[in-house]
Amino acid sequence: MTQTSQISASRQAPGLSLGVVMPWLLSAAALVLLPMVFTANSAITVMNQMAITIIFALAYNMLLGQGGMLSFGHAVYMGVGGFACMHIMNMSDFFAALPLPVLPIFGGLVGMGLAIVVGSFSTRSSGTVFAMISLGVGELIAACSIIIVVFFGGEEGISGDRTYGLPFFGIEFLRQIEVYYLTAFWLMLSALLMFLFSRTPIGRIANAVRDNPERAEFLGYSQRWVRFHSFVASGFFAGVAGALFAINYEILTEENLNLATSGEILLVTFLGGVGFFFGPIIGAIVFTLLRTVLGLETELWALYVGLLFLVTVMYFPGGLAGLLMMHSPAVKMKRLRSLVVPYAKVLVPGAFAIIGAACLIEMVFHLRHAPPGDHQMTLFWISFDSHTILPWTVSAVLLIGGGWLAKRFAPEMANSYHAATSLDGGGA
Amino acid sequence: MTSALEITNLRKSFGQTEIIRGVDLSVRKGERHAVIGPNGAGKSTLYNLITGRFAQTAGTVQLHGQDLRGKAPFQINRLGLSRSFQITNIFPNMSVFENIRCALLWTRGYKYSFWTLVSRKQDLTDAADEILAQINLTSRRDLPAGVLSYAEQRALEIGITIAGGADVIMLDEPTAGMSHSETDYIVELIRQVTENKTLMMVEHDMGVVFGLADRISVLVYGEIIATGTPEEVRGNPRVQEAYLGTAMEDH
Ligand SMILES: Nc1ncnc2c1ncn2[C@@H]1O[C@H](COP(=O)(O)OP(=O)(O)OP(=O)(O)O)[C@@H](O)[C@H]1O
Ligand SMILES: [Mg+2]
Repeated sequence: MTQTSQISASRQAPGLSLGVVMPWLLSAAALVLLPMVFTANSAITVMNQMAITIIFALAYNMLLGQGGMLSFGHAVYMGVGGFACMHIMNMSDFFAALPLPVLPIFGGLVGMGLAIVVGSFSTRSSGTVFAMISLGVGELIAACSIIIVVFFGGEEGISGDRTYGLPFFGIEFLRQIEVYYLTAFWLMLSALLMFLFSRTPIGRIANAVRDNPERAEFLGYSQRWVRFHSFVASGFFAGVAGALFAINYEILTEENLNLATSGEILLVTFLGGVGFFFGPIIGAIVFTLLRTVLGLETELWALYVGLLFLVTVMYFPGGLAGLLMMHSPAVKMKRLRSLVVPYAKVLVPGAFAIIGAACLIEMVFHLRHAPPGDHQMTLFWISFDSHTILPWTVSAVLLIGGGWLAKRFAPEMANSYHAATSLDGGGA
Repeated sequence: MTSALEITNLRKSFGQTEIIRGVDLSVRKGERHAVIGPNGAGKSTLYNLITGRFAQTAGTVQLHGQDLRGKAPFQINRLGLSRSFQITNIFPNMSVFENIRCALLWTRGYKYSFWTLVSRKQDLTDAADEILAQINLTSRRDLPAGVLSYAEQRALEIGITIAGGADVIMLDEPTAGMSHSETDYIVELIRQVTENKTLMMVEHDMGVVFGLADRISVLVYGEIIATGTPEEVRGNPRVQEAYLGTAMEDH
């Protein structure tokens, strides 16, 4: 997976080609237009959350994907950046003179400052030692949040009011949509800067150190300082994400720094795919959608996300982005069409099988956890009695039948994939 | 005559066993110096000591008069010494072009820069393409280095080694495992790219050694038993006995 991204990078002509600029222009246009399509406040909240997660995941991938550093405690840089911003919001005189859109710079600087301190010793090695240090520091700072009440606010956390800032061209950020555009602006800016970072000498050498640290040393680079630079840059953007979180929710708690949050961003990034710049973006979008949309429907959403993560790790280590990019040869050779039918033959029954499985899981959950006497439940807009045999039969048939069909057509799908993506495949 | 590398009484032990047992060696500026010796004599270990991969147990290594003790590989590289590896050591996931470009970054002054875009630096692109042409890999430019043939990877390894413009080049068995025509090609390449530089080279192929080297040192069992011009070394009875007798029969 990494290969393709590296190579496409080197193929770019110096200068700005349309292929490079286009995705950015389209993304910017989409960000401007989205709130006009999804006007509900709840939708805007979801989009804000998505934007924050995207920035955080991209920052995280500067370590994992670009630099080969597996961190188990990256939430602390986002969290501490966010806490600092909450304190700035509460410094009434200073905040009254500060336009809110500038606040993420402070969050970034604080995240970066912490990353400089921690990175100065944690980036000495990569691999297990780095991972363990990140875990230790993560745990340490999460523990501090309960001890250092002045900064972290104890169990209640710290809250503030973003509208006390200096009005920005008359905007006070009372309305959700105003916050959306602030967040979207920082999303574009951060993503662009992180993308450009990967194209700088230090960004390229970070890849080299990831692949072969020893060889990089014999080219004049200290692997430690290369990792340090990536780490600090990543800390900055994590801090920016923290500031945006502070602006959006106006409260930060211990939850923003703990290991669960750190683990979640690892999951998001890996799900999206670490080998491509845009992988974490996909991961963040999918994850946020699953959490919010699925979270409304079922208490078990985390179980499904966990399963999805497992399947990704086991079968698609390139993540969703890798899965998409597997098809780029087919796109280039204009053979995507030949895949539609074979894919549908597997994916449609597969979807039914998944629905069947989900129904079984939900019904078991309902049996075990619904109050006694409550037999009525609703799944996929159908209400039924979970204590009768019919829904169980239907679900089982869906699962077994769908699974059987999907398995039956899987070889055909694999064949057509290979035919569509190999050079000689389309002939004869 | 000034030496590029001056090695005095160098020793290295792994646990109880002493692998490098008091090596004295001086590589003159601008010469092509070959180190030969039987398998397991400690040639690669000697390289690893010089380049900072291992720390010596005793003795000194000086590069242009500067003591290298305690210096990390990247510091030694910055002093103008570059090496290749016996076992190909490249960036297999990166494109061939990018492999070379990464090797150029430090000495061209880009260092830890995060404010320049590599693709916009024409001098980098041109220099990398020039080296690609030199090592005959232009047609492989955009392929991942890992998919190249063995000989091509060896050529790339040399390209990476010389790209930074170091004036002392150390090659460890550059022609190992190559066919005759590939060997000829690599030898010609080495001759070209080390013009006006100091070359130290470990090599088993006596044809290559006697064709390329100005001077030869023979390392046997962790000790240099002879140093001199190819004729001197060839005529040395100790060398005949310890190594060359068998090695020459093969060629
Ligand atoms: N890191 C190490 N730890 C322990 N022993 C080592 C280590 N590296 C090398 N040796 C031992 O040192 C001896 C010399 O090895 P070295 O690789 O330097 O030989 P060489 O002259 O390069 O041989 P070849 O011609 O096969 O490449 C060998 O016996 C080897 O087993
Ligand atoms: Mg060796």
